[in-house]
Formats: sequence, C-alpha cells, structure tokens
Amino acid sequence: MLSDDLRGMWAIMLKDLRAYYLKPPNVSWGILFPFAFVLAFVIRDPGNLGGLVPGLLALTLLFGTSSMEAIVITFEQQTGALERLLLAPLRLPALLAGKLLGGMVFGLVTACVVLIVALAVFGASQVNWLLLILGMVLAAAAFSAMGALVSVSVKEVFEAQTLANIFRFPMMFLGGVFVPVTSLPLGLQVVARVLPLTYAVEVLRVATVGGERSVAIVGLVVLAAFASVFYGLASWVLARRVA
Amino acid sequence: MSAIETRGLTRYYDGLCAVDHLDFEVRRGEVFGFLGPNGAGKTTTIRMLTGLARPTSGEARVLGLDLAHDLPRIKRRIGVVPEASNLYDELTAFDNLVFSMQLYGVPRSERKPRAAELLERFRLAEKRDAPFARLSRGMKRALTVAAALAHRPEILFLDEPTTGLDVASARGLRQTIAGLRDQGVTVFLTTHYLEEAERLCDRIALLVRGQIVALDTVDGLKAQVQSAMAVEVTLENGSGGSETRRVVGEDVAASVRTALAQAEEDGWRVLAVNTIRPTLEDAFVQLTGLGAEIMRAEKGGKGL
Repeated sequence: MLSDDLRGMWAIMLKDLRAYYLKPPNVSWGILFPFAFVLAFVIRDPGNLGGLVPGLLALTLLFGTSSMEAIVITFEQQTGALERLLLAPLRLPALLAGKLLGGMVFGLVTACVVLIVALAVFGASQVNWLLLILGMVLAAAAFSAMGALVSVSVKEVFEAQTLANIFRFPMMFLGGVFVPVTSLPLGLQVVARVLPLTYAVEVLRVATVGGERSVAIVGLVVLAAFASVFYGLASWVLARRVA
Repeated sequence: MSAIETRGLTRYYDGLCAVDHLDFEVRRGEVFGFLGPNGAGKTTTIRMLTGLARPTSGEARVLGLDLAHDLPRIKRRIGVVPEASNLYDELTAFDNLVFSMQLYGVPRSERKPRAAELLERFRLAEKRDAPFARLSRGMKRALTVAAALAHRPEILFLDEPTTGLDVASARGLRQTIAGLRDQGVTVFLTTHYLEEAERLCDRIALLVRGQIVALDTVDGLKAQVQSAMAVEVTLENGSGGSETRRVVGEDVAASVRTALAQAEEDGWRVLAVNTIRPTLEDAFVQLTGLGAEIMRAEKGGKGL
C-alpha cells in the first residue's frame, strides 16, 4: 500500500507539473509578480534593496506554490479528472500529497531563480544554507497546503481564485515583506502573528542576512505546523466531499 | 467466486433513497447490464462498487474482497469508464495512457509498449501525440476505455459507454466490449439503450427507483412476458403524418380494441395491425411499469 501511495504521489506530481505548472503564464506570474512588487518598493526606498530579498523570496514561494495549487483540485473536480485519481489504488492523503508536491516543486524552482539573482547581486557570504533550504521547503509546504485547502473548499475555479487572493494579498502587506511587523499597529501585529508568510520572512531573513537563531527555529516549527494543519484540514474536507 | 456480490446495498442522498437494498451477483467473465431510466440508481451503484461513494448500508464483495475494508486492493484489479470521458486535456493520448499505467503500478518497461499497443487496438495510433482536448468525442471515449484497460483489470465498469457517440464509434465500442468477454474480463455496464443491453449483455438487471425489478438473461426476461403479445398499429393523421403504437397484453383481442379506441380518440386512421412476439422493450415496459417512451426520450431514441 505504501508503495502504491509513493508511486501515485510521484506520478501525480510529474503530471501536474507538466499539465499545469510549466506553462509560460505560470512561470512569468510566479517570478515576475514578486519582482514587480519589490521593485515598486525599491524605487521608493532604493537603500533597502538587500533588506527586501527575504521578503521577495517568501513572496515568490507564496505565489509560485499557491497560484495554481488553489485552483487545480477545483478545476479537476469540475472536469471530472479528479475522479481518475480517486479511482486509482492510492489513499486520499497520498493523492493530496502528490498535488502539494507539484506546487512545492514549482514554487521552489521559481524561488531559486530569484535566489540566484539575489546571490549574484549581494553575494553569499552571510547565507546559512541549511536554514535557507529548510525555510524555503517548509514555507513552500505551508503555502502549497494553504492553496490546496482553498481548492478543496470551493466548487468553482473563480471562487478558489477569489478566496486565495483574500488570504494572499493582505498577507503580503502584513507579513513583514515590505515593512517590519513591529512597526505595524498592535492589532495588525496580532494578525501578522497568525500568518504563515510572517514566519517565512523571518526564517529567510535570518538565513540570508543574519539574526536571532531562536527566531528562525520558532519560524521553522510554526511553518511545519501550518503545513500540517492545512494539509490535515484539506484531507478531511476532500474526504467529506468525495464520500 | 463471483466477480461482484451485493447484500442490501443502499445509498441515501440527503434523505432520498437512490439505491434501495440491492442484492445481486455478477459472475466471472460475463457481461452484466444495469438497464433503467435516469435516476434509477445505475451510476450510484457503480460509484459505490468502485469506491467513489460510500454505501449508507449493506455490503458488497468485489473479486472476493470486502468493499468496506479492502478497497485499495479492489481498485488495483478493476478499471472504470465513467459517463464523462475524463482524461487530462493537456496530456497527449499517449501520455494519458502512460500516466494511467503509472497510477496502477504497471512496470515502467511495459508502459510505453502497452500504450502503443492500445492506441493501435483502438485505432488511435495517428492521434498518439494529439492533446486529449483536440480529439473527437468518439476518440475521447475510445481513449478513456483504453486507459481503463491499460493495467489489465479483471472487471471493467462502464457507465453509459456509448451515450453521445456517432454510429461508427458506438458500433466499434460495442465490438470492443463484446471482445472483452472472450478475454475473460468481467464487464459491468449501465445503459439506457435497450438494443445495446440486448446485444451485449449475458444478463440484465432492470433498475427502477433504486430497486431491481427483474434480473435474468435477455431470453429469460422476454419469457417472463411470453404470455403477452404485442399489438402494433400503424396510424396516419389527415395531414400525412404517421406513427406506430404498441399495446402489450395477454388478451390480444383486448389489446387490439384498446389500440383502435386510442387511435380513434386521437383522430388517427388505422393503416395496419400486427401482432408480434414481445421484445426486450416489451419486457421492460411490462416488468417496470414504465413506458418505453421514457427510455427513448431521455437519451435520444433507441440507439443507433
């Protein structure tokens, strides 16, 4: 049974990458959109370019993973293609994990493009590679799982897109990407503390420019928790919908 | 060992009973048909037997395995062709078959040769590199059947396999289904088409409102209404239109009187009156209490 699940996850991941993710509009959206946003802030405050790199990485992961993830399952339910996966000899959590892996791989690849550019400009002397890799992978997992939860919770693709944006765009401004969380009003700081993007930015900041290691460790644990909770909820919702 | 056995299989949707305590058995190697109108519970039954829906109560065994506890093992050994041809639009015909085999654990070395073989068998070799979205309806259906057979299942479930297909595609698909019996594959199919059921199925279950009202071979079903004869009257109206009506009953004289009275009431002139042996359609009407026009109206007629 485990071999069926692993094989199925791998097949679903590759199929999704080929069918959905590796299309020019997705690639350009995943890379250019975060760059465009960061550029807007750099133009306003050119001296802060280096400080924006962790946020840029986190944003790329957020949009790279969740943009398609939020609609793929809904789309396949509408077309009936999801049934092919439900008929296959693999368990529902494995099916969902395969879906998540597709989004994660795509998000990580687009983030690596951004990372390479950033390293070329700023150098790699301060980078904590282990922390960076762990942070990127767990952030990708959390964002992909969030996208999947959105996708299984609605019936129409446009609903999935709307719901995903309701979460993502406020997260962008409250998650410490452009302004430090501590500079936000107290109420918004509380909100920021329940957003996965906040912890992704903190981990990636410590990994790329330095900072308190404890902040990074807390961030990793919270990102893992977000990924687990979103994945668990998505599995539960999907199981109820298909029964 | 039977291919499929059910005991009291039941499914409710929001208080509505879609499948009502089904007890039936499908033998290994036979082509078994569920025949009935929309809403009879045919698709719901297939969904339960293939793990897409959970029974509200009752039990089923597929290939000797318990549906409630051994579903993943069952899924490895069955193939399913749903009513909608639901392969992946973005993948080519070839890639769809390979993906299907990946999901079912067909060894890597066998996937490409098997995909090529299936494309040849279903006359899709020329469309090997065409995206699924660009295939015709008949080709999509053929490829969906091919994908369900790719991992060599022991049972093939087909839900309304020829609905919406043109004559040639439907005929080709029926030939394929008939050929599966020769290969020892058990086929469970649902259909609206009386002629399709009559032509393909070893045994047929007539399903109405979630219940099996009759289950037998085609000849057995006809024999249940053997004592009845069908009276067929050909009519014309004053403006050149014509139609044929049938009345089935045990008393031929009474059936003739009924048919003539109806024609006179409707203002039709009788051109001819014939008595004929009951067909499967007559058996269906007699055994289910439904009019044959219900079956015709739902899916565009008697088939192709």
